[in-house]
Amino acid sequence: MSLLRQSRNILSNLKAKSLAKRLMHFKFEPDNPSTNLGPTENMNYLKALTNAMDISLENDPTAIIFGEDVAFGGVFRCTVGLREKYGSDRVFNTPLCEQGIVGFGIGAAVAGSTAIAEIQFADYILPAFDQIVNEAAKYRYRSGGLFECGKLTIRTPCGAVGHGALYHSQTPEAYFAHSTGLKVVIPRSPIQAKGLLLACIRDDNPCIFLEPKILYRAAEEEVPVGDYTLPLSQAEVLREGSDVTLIGYGTQIHVLKEVAELAAKDGISCEVIDLVTILPWDADTVCTSVSKTGRCVITHESPVTGGFAGEVAATIQKECFLNLEAPVERVCGYDTPFPHVLEPFFMPDKWRCLQAVKNVVNY
Amino acid sequence: MRHFIKFGKPYLHTRSLLRGNSGLQTCTHVAKSTGVQDVSKSDGNSFIGMPHNYVTKLEFLEPKMENTIPVYQVLDSDGKIIDETQDPKLSDEIVLKMYKDMKMLNIMDGIMYSAQRQGRISFYMTNYGEEAAHIGSAAALEMKDLVFAQYREAGVLMWRGFRLDQFMDQCYANINDPASGKQMPVHYGSKDLNFVTISSPLATQMPQAAGAAYALKRTNPGTCVICYFGEGAASEGDAHAAFNFAATLDAPCIFFCRNNGYAISTPAHEQYRGDGIASRGSGYGMLTIRVDGNDTLAVYNATRKARQIALEESRPVLIEAMTYRVGDHSTSDDSSTYRTAGELEYWTKTNNPVTRFERYITNERNCWSAEEDEKLSKDCSKQVIEAFTAAEKRLKPSPSLVFTDVYDELPVNLKKQQKQMREHVGAHSQHYPLKRHEPL
Repeated sequence: MSLLRQSRNILSNLKAKSLAKRLMHFKFEPDNPSTNLGPTENMNYLKALTNAMDISLENDPTAIIFGEDVAFGGVFRCTVGLREKYGSDRVFNTPLCEQGIVGFGIGAAVAGSTAIAEIQFADYILPAFDQIVNEAAKYRYRSGGLFECGKLTIRTPCGAVGHGALYHSQTPEAYFAHSTGLKVVIPRSPIQAKGLLLACIRDDNPCIFLEPKILYRAAEEEVPVGDYTLPLSQAEVLREGSDVTLIGYGTQIHVLKEVAELAAKDGISCEVIDLVTILPWDADTVCTSVSKTGRCVITHESPVTGGFAGEVAATIQKECFLNLEAPVERVCGYDTPFPHVLEPFFMPDKWRCLQAVKNVVNY
Repeated sequence: MRHFIKFGKPYLHTRSLLRGNSGLQTCTHVAKSTGVQDVSKSDGNSFIGMPHNYVTKLEFLEPKMENTIPVYQVLDSDGKIIDETQDPKLSDEIVLKMYKDMKMLNIMDGIMYSAQRQGRISFYMTNYGEEAAHIGSAAALEMKDLVFAQYREAGVLMWRGFRLDQFMDQCYANINDPASGKQMPVHYGSKDLNFVTISSPLATQMPQAAGAAYALKRTNPGTCVICYFGEGAASEGDAHAAFNFAATLDAPCIFFCRNNGYAISTPAHEQYRGDGIASRGSGYGMLTIRVDGNDTLAVYNATRKARQIALEESRPVLIEAMTYRVGDHSTSDDSSTYRTAGELEYWTKTNNPVTRFERYITNERNCWSAEEDEKLSKDCSKQVIEAFTAAEKRLKPSPSLVFTDVYDELPVNLKKQQKQMREHVGAHSQHYPLKRHEPL
């Protein structure tokens, strides 16, 4: 190896490490898989997704996977090997056109096929907004169930990734939360990703499956290798506590778990809830928790105004009014586009969340 | 090279180039002008985007507007077959059903249009002038073929056996409407007749049709999809998506454009500058034809052949049916504000698809008479009015159905809201039109 090349490698390793360190605004702690789900294998988030799609293609001969660049394995490597295993008529590239991808998927689902569409980044789902909101979400309703596209699942990578700037960082969950007829899901871990993706694929309603892409390689745990699903519209209490309820989803769950640890050092007991499903969401679990703790902090990466935390906060205000000891706090992205080099200051990181916990406790 | 022509798939050539299969590298697109070099035979090092030649003279390609794509006709305006080789040789039974369905469609349109004018239904859209496009194409398809429509294709349903009471129940939004009165009038759908429920957003059905055709090719071979749309809808991004997806993914889908000259008030020349919609077909690699949309037999022949091509070659086909929207765009439109009475008169009297077909069956085939025609009109009116009266009398759906079919099952929030609505309406029943509806 030449000296030049060597030094280049050293440089790029250094760069990669420092970049990764700077980018990781959270720590991933693996979950323990449920013991009744059989043997497990170490998988990262990507591998768990591929595994779920593999199971779907194997069990359902009508299932097809399509989108931009999925044939060679996808730009994030989520579909690696599937085309070789199941054939080019089942795993295929489409032209570069998001409204076409979703429209095509709706049509395939209407005709009875299981359609797994990929939108390369959630930032680019908006050209398909009309097909999703006016068509997919309303297909069953407007036809009285004569026709429906329940077998459609739209997978899309979302969320902050450290350097994604405006168009590789967004999480558009709130836009879709206003579109009844859809299910919107964001898994936080490989175990969840697999179980929820299988649930979405089999659910009889069109689903938007948001994958926080920063977790693709960073999140790794023991995932059951068999076929299993996890329930939609069911929030999960990850840590029990008595002083404050912390609510989030996706990557923010890992931020919140750390916040709960930090708060515990100050003697504050936090209950952490992963909402899991944005629509239709599990208000019961949330309200039961807030009724107990009397305080609540809600967080998401997307901007605060019109964000889903607003919906959660309004529901808590209505259902838990007599139990609330402090105003509901929202810790979210600011009402700006997602910035590039300014990302560390934009993010609702653990320090901002921790401050909000202190605010509600000291109110 | 013959292989490509036989299967009508010049794009196979591109694929073979991409695969580097030198045995198939005969260029099918040899330019005629001077200074051309056929490089495809030389070393295979051509641009990936397309097989091509080089030219050394600067020349932009002009759209060929002086020499537009011709309009295929079978019947002349007197209902005579122009070229006997093009006679589809349909049975009397079939041609009479074609005619009777057109007539019934006309009479239903007339009565429903008046009903809207009297405020008895909220909205209506007639099909005047486009009857041949509906009936001719519908007759050329098989019942198992899936139909995606825009909203002005009621004749396709008529052909497939949608009953008058089903049309009326949808327009009146009564308890017999399968969608429980959730959509505006003329947004029909039928699972039994493989006619996908219509929605208002234009062109959204187009990429859906491509996806359905792709899925059916895998799960139900021998079934194709037909997708109807107007020339205005063809300007939507979804039309582009649909053409390109169907072509690149080899979907057996017939795209049927009703070019009736207007999108509400916008004349076609403000909609596009090229040679109509048909000229776009070859740009996407589709087989394309333009037909006289007022000629039932021309539409029939084109659709029949398109179906065969779509299925045998597994590829989309584009049909542009040239016609004229004789009626207003809808009951919310007064077309006299943007077009002339003379124009309308020509298309109503001189070049009308129904009278043309009537001449064909009466004079050319001698299987129909003026007396029978008069009797048919009376029978149709009677049947429509009966169905109309019955539909008007039926109750509207229960208010509780606001919440059904949003999801496959009622989620917690909708159960809660349904209960709230029942309680509220129950307590304030005097303020709501409960008498017209089934109970809560």
